[in-house]
Amino acid sequence: MAKQYEFSARGLPYLLVLPQMVIVVMFFFWPAAQAMWQSLFIQDAFGLSVTYVGLENYLKLVKDPLYLDSLVRSFVYAGFVALSAMTVAMFLAVQANRRIRGALFYKTMLVWPYAVATLVAGVLWMFMFNPNIGVLSYVLSRRLGVEWNYLLNDRQAFLLVTLAASWKQISYNFVFFLAGLQNVPTTLVEASAIDGAGPATRFWRIIFPLLSPTTFYLLVMNLVYAFFETFPIIHQVTQGGPNQATTMLVYKVYRDGVFNLDLGSSAAQSVVLMIIVVALTVLQFRFVERRVTY
Amino acid sequence: MKHVLVLVLLAVAAVGLSAQAVTVEFWHAMGGKNGEITTAICERFNGSQSDFKVTAVYKGSYPDTMNAGIAAFRAGSPPAILQVYEVGTATMMASKGAIKPVYQLMAEQGEKFDPKAYIPTITGYYSTAKGEMLSMPYNSSTAVFYYNKDAFRKVGLDVEKPPKTWPALFDAARKLKAAGYEYGFTTNWISWIQLENFSAWHNLPYGTKTNGFDGLDTEFTINGPMQVRHLTNIYNLSKEKVFVYGGRENKANSLFTSGQVPIHFESIGGYGNMKATCKFDFGVAWLPYYPDVPGAPQNSIIGGASLWVMGRKSPADYRAVAKFFTFLSSPEIQAFWHQQTGYLPITRAAYELTKDQGYYAENPGPEIAIQQLLNKPPTANSLGIRFGFMPQIREIIDEEWEAILADKKTAKQGLDDMVRRGNEKLREFERINK
Repeated sequence: MAKQYEFSARGLPYLLVLPQMVIVVMFFFWPAAQAMWQSLFIQDAFGLSVTYVGLENYLKLVKDPLYLDSLVRSFVYAGFVALSAMTVAMFLAVQANRRIRGALFYKTMLVWPYAVATLVAGVLWMFMFNPNIGVLSYVLSRRLGVEWNYLLNDRQAFLLVTLAASWKQISYNFVFFLAGLQNVPTTLVEASAIDGAGPATRFWRIIFPLLSPTTFYLLVMNLVYAFFETFPIIHQVTQGGPNQATTMLVYKVYRDGVFNLDLGSSAAQSVVLMIIVVALTVLQFRFVERRVTY
Repeated sequence: MKHVLVLVLLAVAAVGLSAQAVTVEFWHAMGGKNGEITTAICERFNGSQSDFKVTAVYKGSYPDTMNAGIAAFRAGSPPAILQVYEVGTATMMASKGAIKPVYQLMAEQGEKFDPKAYIPTITGYYSTAKGEMLSMPYNSSTAVFYYNKDAFRKVGLDVEKPPKTWPALFDAARKLKAAGYEYGFTTNWISWIQLENFSAWHNLPYGTKTNGFDGLDTEFTINGPMQVRHLTNIYNLSKEKVFVYGGRENKANSLFTSGQVPIHFESIGGYGNMKATCKFDFGVAWLPYYPDVPGAPQNSIIGGASLWVMGRKSPADYRAVAKFFTFLSSPEIQAFWHQQTGYLPITRAAYELTKDQGYYAENPGPEIAIQQLLNKPPTANSLGIRFGFMPQIREIIDEEWEAILADKKTAKQGLDDMVRRGNEKLREFERINK
């Protein structure tokens, strides 16, 4: 049983959490409430004529086939990003956790991309894979004979933004997995080895279950990341194209709000996005968390 | 302690005395060299008199600047002058309570202001159908094509006579391709160059209601036979690998500057950039036209940005802005701006002055752009375009164009879908701004 701390003054704990609460309310609750409020109106850019339209902004979204396509696409995208970023990171973490020469070097190198701003990551990937001037597209088209043109080929464009977004997230996942692995008691691993378990069995029966809290946490974080934070990559690499092949929900919110100043629709879209992520998180806590051993 | 207090009081008094000049803010989106020139112009104005002071503030990209201005207006403290890109024009214009029309400002302040002194295709873009100028043109450009003279020489094309018509340009591009260039030509800004300018250049309407100038209840008309023919031609050439798509906005630039593609459609605003990055001899030429279209070539239309005067400011602020605009329109300042940045001068006097100064002898490119604008007096089809939600509509055009190139639809279907989806946006804009 953990030790219980008692505060002598009743107000003190509230006072201590106050700064954090102020920040959360100001930067999360308040804008979210504003978005919900604004989604019920249509208004011009300057807010000179504001008309209450009820749920019309939402109904329009539901009826728009392009929006529904974007919705499905965003789920597929988030799934792919989370899956690939986590698998690769877990593989790398398991490898780097061994006693190997230069482990520190590998670890440092693997954590490095996390320091790259998302937008800059987008620029890097754009230059590497630009069909005309990109180094890797040169290799792809001249050496490997792939007809590489993500500016027109929607699958290639989708693949490219998925890769770029995953790459950016691998470092983050790597750090957490590595920390998780280091918490796995060596005694357990050694005991199972003595009992004759091979490396694969040791991983799947001992290490993977013990890592499950980390994996679960990362799953939530990665989905949130894919849904909300990858728009600079899309903005930089494809701008949602070709056609609408990489127009994800969050990118549409940004385009419609910032570029097109269609605030009512943009607000409604961001509320939808918020509901999706809240729902996903709740679902994960209800169903996935049951299988997690802390 | 006492001494400190006295010093502070003195300092405050000194600031108070020197701050008699009315200071107004000018929010702009001019980064790099263009930003330096913008600041230099403000400093010249501030130095030329002592009553008013204009402070230039860089606010980031065009959308960032516009958003900053809107947020400031909503918060009750807008800048006096806000630079807005041409696709934001309809939004600004529809927001009657948020802006102060320039013609009205100049009349109220008794500034000498002759709309005829300006180049009509430039001011027309920012004027009402009646010719009342609503915003002050600042950086204006138009579409031209750039060609690699070294490549032309190599394949035996006449560098002094670049192709004048589309059929001739297609032939030249095929010839370049046949001679070993990977592609013949490419283009930036599909919507602005290959549809908006294309339509004006061939004197074809872009939308009903005088391209949107006469009311918000306008509809697109870009799925006409000429536009279908033009996009079909480019599509066919992309199949022959004579045309290559380089991406949205100005992403195709690197194809030209790297020497891979010898013909490139781009804004004259990119002239300085071309000069700085091209390691080969290049020329600037007039937009091509289809010779069987009566009246073509008409005149090209502009892109760029203009300066909007925001509402809810004090009379003293408006006085400062009016003085600044008069200063800004003077031939010397316009010629300075034009020659330093490559953007077009907004008055004929500035154009003549630049000519007299011999600038075009060394820089023939910008003059071609001005000649295109002045080619013929603008018609109802070539004054410009004015549609709400234009950033979104250009994006729709990009999307449909990509679908055409990727064989998802024919040029006709793509153009029909541009019109259908574009009209939906126009109806939304109309409703929001009623």
